[in-house]
Amino acid sequence: MNKKVIATTSLAGCFGCHMSFLDIDERILDLVELVEFNKSPIDDIKVFTKRVDIGIIEGGCCNTENIEVLKSFRENCDVLVSLGECAIMGGLPALRNGIPIEECLREAYLDGPTVSENKEGILPNDEELPMLLDNVYPCHEIVKIDYFLPGCAPRADLIWDALVALVTGDEMNLPYEVVKFD
Amino acid sequence: MDQTIKFTIDGTIVTTQKGLTIVEAAKDNGIYIPTLCNFEGAKPKGCCRMCTIKINSRYMTACTTPAADGMEIESNTEEITDIRKSIIELLFVSGNHFCPACEKSGNCELQALAYKYQMLVPRFPFIFPQKGIDASSPRLMKEQNRCIACKRCIKTIKDEEGRNYFAYKNRGYALEVILDPELGKDIPEDLAKLAMENCPVGSIIYKEKGFDEPIGSRKFDKTPIGSEIEV
Repeated sequence: MNKKVIATTSLAGCFGCHMSFLDIDERILDLVELVEFNKSPIDDIKVFTKRVDIGIIEGGCCNTENIEVLKSFRENCDVLVSLGECAIMGGLPALRNGIPIEECLREAYLDGPTVSENKEGILPNDEELPMLLDNVYPCHEIVKIDYFLPGCAPRADLIWDALVALVTGDEMNLPYEVVKFD
Repeated sequence: MDQTIKFTIDGTIVTTQKGLTIVEAAKDNGIYIPTLCNFEGAKPKGCCRMCTIKINSRYMTACTTPAADGMEIESNTEEITDIRKSIIELLFVSGNHFCPACEKSGNCELQALAYKYQMLVPRFPFIFPQKGIDASSPRLMKEQNRCIACKRCIKTIKDEEGRNYFAYKNRGYALEVILDPELGKDIPEDLAKLAMENCPVGSIIYKEKGFDEPIGSRKFDKTPIGSEIEV
């Protein structure tokens, strides 16, 4: 059997979902028998080098780079999975939704109680930096997402069951204890 | 005169005493009909529509409709389940329900219903409202972006003279449930805690408490909502 190819990324997330992924513990040995990783922080492959079967997205979209990466995942992956609350509904980064960008930047770089080193009062303005979006968007509001795995972070058992189901084509179990939003 | 009536829920024959609502009659017979705005001991209002059922093919709310002899009720059908799920999804997208950052998570009835109906993602676009937070009371915080306007706090939290601590403000989309600024200043500790408890979501938060129950031992972590009723 050909190994299924998996790619993962963290957009506007905290890498907690990836950490939870690693919480599958010794089952990761079974996983490498079933799949190979392509573009992913897990193996540090930076660009897609082949067609991918399953793309796993952590985090929502808060800037132009997130959109670009998400769209490239959609183009290169047959199936996309939103992993965790941030990918599904924006999560904690979306707490800024509704607050004007300027206000957010001023709070972070000029007026916040912990700002001490920014004497010239500079807001990040390098043209290399991605632009912030007006809101933080759930991934499925930007591209089509095929499956959703909620949780903050999603339980390792949920991630494992989902991967096994996607790889084998079997129906997935969704026990009450593993589908949680926190 | 015999006050016993007989009707069916999803084909199961149930018997009850005349005068009970369908939610109460179902509960007595070990059948759970989900509710959100309904609160035991308070007058039912039927505003959240979670308890939507079909009586003789008509959509009705089970919390406000008295059980009657010969009714044929549909409750756990595919159609009704999808209606209930869509109501939960609408409530999720029309507020800011950031479960990971909410003090009520694990004890929240809206979240518990989403778990029960396996909401993985709402089918509607998120609104991300900016309604604000009133933290002027020394004991309570009212987070308006989590409020589902169920009126449970208005109906159940009163002072000794029967005055409401909570009230409606504005109309239509701008409607908010607010804590009376004068009464809220001196709300007793037990009543403030009760207000948080009676709120089905995390809109009324008892201050200086935060997260005091570990994940895994909260009300709905392991037990689905309604399982205490179901036989």
